[in-house]
Parts: sequence; C-alpha cells; structure tokens
Amino acid sequence: MAHPEADEVYEQQHVHDVYQQIAGHFSATRYKPWPVVERFLKELNPGAVGLDVGCGNGKYLTVNRNVFIIASDRSENLVRFAVQHQPHGTVVADIFSLPHRDAFFDFAISIAVVHHLSTPARRIDAIAEILRTLKPGSETHVGGRVLIYVWALEQKTSRRGWDKGDKQDIMVPWVRKGAPSQDGPEQSQTFHRYYHLYQAGELEHDISSAGGRVLESGYDKDNWWAIATPKTADV
Amino acid sequence: MKVITANFVTCAVKECKTSPTSFPLHFHDAELEQQELNFQPEFIRNIIPRIDWEGLRVTANELGFPSLPESKPEGEALNNEQTLQDLHRLLMETQVMEGKLICGNCGHEYMIKEGIANFLLPSHLGKRNIINQQEVMLANAPSSLS
Repeated sequence: MAHPEADEVYEQQHVHDVYQQIAGHFSATRYKPWPVVERFLKELNPGAVGLDVGCGNGKYLTVNRNVFIIASDRSENLVRFAVQHQPHGTVVADIFSLPHRDAFFDFAISIAVVHHLSTPARRIDAIAEILRTLKPGSETHVGGRVLIYVWALEQKTSRRGWDKGDKQDIMVPWVRKGAPSQDGPEQSQTFHRYYHLYQAGELEHDISSAGGRVLESGYDKDNWWAIATPKTADV
Repeated sequence: MKVITANFVTCAVKECKTSPTSFPLHFHDAELEQQELNFQPEFIRNIIPRIDWEGLRVTANELGFPSLPESKPEGEALNNEQTLQDLHRLLMETQVMEGKLICGNCGHEYMIKEGIANFLLPSHLGKRNIINQQEVMLANAPSSLS
C-alpha cells in the first residue's frame, strides 16, 4: 500500500463505505461521551470556536453548548445525524483537506478517527492537517489544543483481548442485526472496518512528527489519548 | 448550513488557504429557511469576538441581509438586546438549504443539499501534503525508474 491513491481506495472501501452503510445502527449505539473528552470540552471558555474532525453521529456536540463547534465527517449519512445538535454546525469534509483557515481555532477533537488511516504517513498527515487549523501559541500562552483518541493495541481485558505483540493492522467486524423477515427470524449482516491499533508511545510519536507538542496523554478504556498544540518555533 | 458556519469555513484546496480571496466562500443560488432556535444572548455576545466581520458582511449581503452595521459591535453595543437578537436571527436561525459555495480564488463549487455543505474534493484537487520523505520517495519511484 505504498501508493497514496491506492491507500485512498483502500480506505474508501474499508472505512468510508462501511460507515455509510452502518450509519444508522452505528449512531444508535454511540451516545455516551467518554469522560476524558467530556472534561476537555467542558473546560473550554464560553465563546471558544473549534472543530470536531470525524464527528460521526455527533455525540460530543451535546457536551458544551457555550462553545461553537464546526463538526465534519466523510460520511454524509453520519453527518445527517450530527447536524441536529445545536448550536453547532456540521459539514461533509475530508480530514486531509479540511475546509478551514490556518491558525484560527481555539480547540479541536478527533475521537476514534486517525486509527482508520492505513499508513503511518497518512496518520501523521491527518494530525498535521488538524494542527494547521489551530491557533499557534506564544511564549506567554499556549496555542489551540487538540484532543486525539485512538484505539489501543494493549486491551487484554476487553472483549477483543488484543495485547502487545499482536498484529496492529486489522479488520474489525461490525455485525448489524436485521429485523425478522418472512424467510427467517433475523437477518444479520457483517461489515469489516480497517483499524490500526496504536501501541504505547505511538500516538505521541505521530503527533510530534506532525509538528505537535504533546501537553498531556494517557490511556483510557482500551484507547490511547493525547492533548497537543502546534509546536512553536523556539520549542 | 447556518450562516455562522460559513464564517468558519474556507476552500478545502490547500493552495487556496493562503489566498485572501478564498475567504469568505461566496453563496450562489442560495435557498434560505428560517429555523427557530432558542435565543441565547450570552452565546451571541461570546461568539461575536470570533466572527470575521468583513466576511460576515459579504455573506449577509449575498444572502439579502444588507443591513449589518459597518463595524463589529463591541463593548456597550454587545448589551443591546436588539443587536443580539438580529445577529442570532442571521447567524443561528438562517439556514442555507440548497445552493453553492464558490471559492473566489480557484472557482471550485461546493454544493449544499438539504442543508448540508459538502467539501469533499475530486481526487485531483485533494492531493494531500506529503510530509513523509520515505513516502515521497516511494511515490516518485516509478517515474524515476522509467
């Protein structure tokens, strides 16, 4: 998968097309905000303006109504769920070509998104694209901050049971149970999504390669997370 | 798409980001709808400092709201209930349901359908910025070999 266009086709098939198809079921099962994300959003100043890149059904758009979020996702079907959350705005966009100005935003979140990109270079580029939109810091104040969440390789106690040493690039099934029909009790359909499972330290490494400075990072329920800001020239 | 959202988006093409003519994007054939939303004066007051006023004036004019004050309300003006109400109506309640957003730099048209703007680029415009040297080499390999 060395060729960038081949990577795009791969992600189109194994990420974007799947989310378009499972949008309804996916959205119905995604409503509980993760505590670290909730805290990050609640601590923002009223009137702050930021991005939710790969917003899915927009479950984080309900957390803080005193800030304005421009949420985006590649899946138009998911955006149709997200758009209902006031007072925010939602558009269809690609993480590699965000329709936002440079060095403007106060914050960004990208939750469970970057791990769907299929090469290290693409994951780093995606993070760099988000960092590009954030206000740079100065000697006296920290710049715009982004919170990134990715799925962890180390999740021995989860129902998936992966751990250090296991394969990091995998296909994960999504089973959508259908309604009972005349032909049988229930038709279920299985979709596979591509994931890159992050190992300890890898997210921090990618952020640094993308031109970010990690302010805080940790592990939370089978995920690695980090809060970062654009590196300033003198750091 | 809310009018406020238009104030925070620009052309998705990388090369346009540095051009002043890429912001704001220009509305064409816009079909508007007023969608009632709870008036939160505090929200409007807090968000105004982050609004690009010149950009908003261009957008408002294109959408047929030509009466925006020339300069951004500041200080005491932000306590004027009528000013805040008017801005709430324009920024939060005015929705562009159908139409196009056009970049003043490259001319690319972004479609708005059923209230949702689509910023996905055709593949020849969406070339990402390759920052990984190894991948640049891999991507260039076939042509340098031939």
